[in-house]
Amino acid sequence: MTGSTSDPTAVTHGDRLDHWVSSYATRARSMTASEIRSLFAVASRPEVVSLAGGMPFVQALQADDFADMVAALIRDRGAVALQYGSGQGDVRLREQISSEIMTPVGIAAHPDDVVVTTGSQMALDLVVRVFCDPGDVVLVEAPSYVGALGVFRAYECDIVHVAMDDEGLNPVALEEAIARVLASGRRPKLIYTIPSFHNPAGVTQGAQRRSEVLSVAKKHGILLLEDDPYGLLGFDGPYVDGSAPRAIRADDADGVVYLGSFSKTIASGLRVGWAVAPHGVREKLVLAAESAVLCPSNFSQLTVSQYLATQPWTEQIKIFRELYRERRDALIDSLAALMPEGTQWTVPQGGFYSWVTLPEGLDSRAMLPRAVAALVAYVPGTGFFVDGSGTNYLRLSYCYPEPERIREGVRRLAGVIEGELELLNTFGRTPNASNTKGSDDLVQTPPTNLL
Amino acid sequence: MTDSRVLVLAGGLSPERDVSIRSGRRVAEALRDNGVEVEVRDVDDSLLASLRIDPPSCVVPLLHGAAGEDGALRDVLDALGVVYVGSSADGCRAAFDKPSSSARLRDKGITVPRSVALPHAAFRELGAAAVLEAFVGSLGLPLVVKPSKGGSALGVTVVRDASELPTAMVGAFAYGDTVMLEEYIDGTEIAVCVIDDGTEVTALPAVEICPDGPFYDYQSRYTAGSTEFFVPARLDAAVVAQAQRIAIAAHTELGLRDLSRADLIVDGHGRVVLLEMCVAPGMTETSLFPQAVVAAGRDLGEVVATLVEVARSRARS
Repeated sequence: MTGSTSDPTAVTHGDRLDHWVSSYATRARSMTASEIRSLFAVASRPEVVSLAGGMPFVQALQADDFADMVAALIRDRGAVALQYGSGQGDVRLREQISSEIMTPVGIAAHPDDVVVTTGSQMALDLVVRVFCDPGDVVLVEAPSYVGALGVFRAYECDIVHVAMDDEGLNPVALEEAIARVLASGRRPKLIYTIPSFHNPAGVTQGAQRRSEVLSVAKKHGILLLEDDPYGLLGFDGPYVDGSAPRAIRADDADGVVYLGSFSKTIASGLRVGWAVAPHGVREKLVLAAESAVLCPSNFSQLTVSQYLATQPWTEQIKIFRELYRERRDALIDSLAALMPEGTQWTVPQGGFYSWVTLPEGLDSRAMLPRAVAALVAYVPGTGFFVDGSGTNYLRLSYCYPEPERIREGVRRLAGVIEGELELLNTFGRTPNASNTKGSDDLVQTPPTNLL
Repeated sequence: MTDSRVLVLAGGLSPERDVSIRSGRRVAEALRDNGVEVEVRDVDDSLLASLRIDPPSCVVPLLHGAAGEDGALRDVLDALGVVYVGSSADGCRAAFDKPSSSARLRDKGITVPRSVALPHAAFRELGAAAVLEAFVGSLGLPLVVKPSKGGSALGVTVVRDASELPTAMVGAFAYGDTVMLEEYIDGTEIAVCVIDDGTEVTALPAVEICPDGPFYDYQSRYTAGSTEFFVPARLDAAVVAQAQRIAIAAHTELGLRDLSRADLIVDGHGRVVLLEMCVAPGMTETSLFPQAVVAAGRDLGEVVATLVEVARSRARS
């Protein structure tokens, strides 16, 4: 074997491997590869207990019945289901949303006030598109839904976090935040809140709290954006009997835009959600929707409509509620039994998530590679903030893994946290520093398996 | 019965899973373009049964991180009598553990950065503050903190102030049990890929790496547009030739086979320093090996197909 070298005399040139690099919009600059996103590729492997993703347990649906229903839909109404539809959404589905789906949360809305969208994520996008110019202030909870933060970021909003407590968005803190924004010569455009079974915090606003939050919004004339994907999935406390928290929109038709979704109550793969909005707002949302996608999927809409008309959907939601209650119990019981001292968590009365506070000094984002190596995944708290905070929090989802897997996942996670505490004891911590290279890579483009 | 099918292994459980999947997809397409029948699959608990029942003519392991580069998988392939492209298990082990690889190459006269490597237990027993202070004294600042194993710059931090060390250490230990502290070499970063076709070990043109950020980190590696590459590198021909000789020497000394990549730095005095050797170079759209192949006037699919033939010949002999 002999050694030789190639002739390095070719023309020297620089190549960025992307010919359009100088053409991208400024907002695309932060759309980059990230270590943290790469770890979620591993979390999809079956060996890993993923307590990260907010994926509903669609295996609980009656698959054969669903298949028969879809087959009948195509056979009987295929020419409609496979065709373009209305930009505002299918009339029959909007009627069902008005007359059946929103009744439990107390909303009485005309079908004309409903805009069907490609998941409520699209509804959120449309609302921000029609209301927010770059630099406009949006008030969000601390922490807030990563997918919403991504939308606000995409439209270059100035996102201001507002403190929460055990009952969700704190109205005093909200008032103070508004005062600070007003004092800076600006006026907030939106208040974004998830009042029921919050993602990621797991807390729920009571009736009094909702009233106080609404009062603050009305006092300052700020539109309230109420995101309610989990409202029908209560299973404990006041909601143990299946009753749903009354929506804020139920008490103010003009000051609130309500976002709903079938992703958690039927199936996320259908991508059907909706917005209920005041007349003028609704008109703009429809025009914006037509501009974005022409119309939401007719096939998905008719599937949902047919499901509501022919399948025992309220019974199915009961099955989901019981299933998620059992998994919530598995998570909370395991946390209580296994977590190191100094760890705290919320106990949700519905929905998918518990919000965990780590012992002081730990950084959930820096800890994630160790967790994935130990075959357990979670979402670091930094993903739910845009200001670099949240390092000592993490979100755990109990919706997808079965109880035994949840217990195993918590056991692994406890070991990871103990190992991290040992490292902290050895090396101490750097004041005001973390391994986070900016908190916005998850916010900018959250992987779908953690929404 | 073995058929002519080539099996590309990509994925695995390492933090570089996503990179591996992209590498696998790219190599598979390149091989297909060269008329090779290719299957791509992940590594899981059904792999061995599959290899026994339906053995391919050759495996191309494109797994990064421990499972792909520590030699374990290749030991298993050897045990099953499965032919594969790339270094043997022993070669992988020699290169994958950076402290021992570095020491071995230093003994052979190759210039590598001064470094130390310690497990967490050593820091705990001796007192981290005192140990780190000693290393800052001996290595100076800035210095590089990195896991002793693994690639894609995961867990790597360039520490410019001693107060940043605790966070950097915790970040590196997140990726492994032993952490390396390495002298920081300021200079031009280059990569030299090596192809070993069984008759000749050839160094491809050097790729010069100019990241927009402070160093060639994960983001710079896998975000198209965030790093500017110059192929061949804008260096004196003599320096490039020296880097190529070092890459070949390291490849040979560590007993590597078929292909490897040397990561080097050329400092302001023209001194060529070898940072590390990689036995499973990335093959993604932004990776260095495919760029070097193109710069050499070759085609990625043709090169990998040649290495497949080399592996098959090795098995026959």
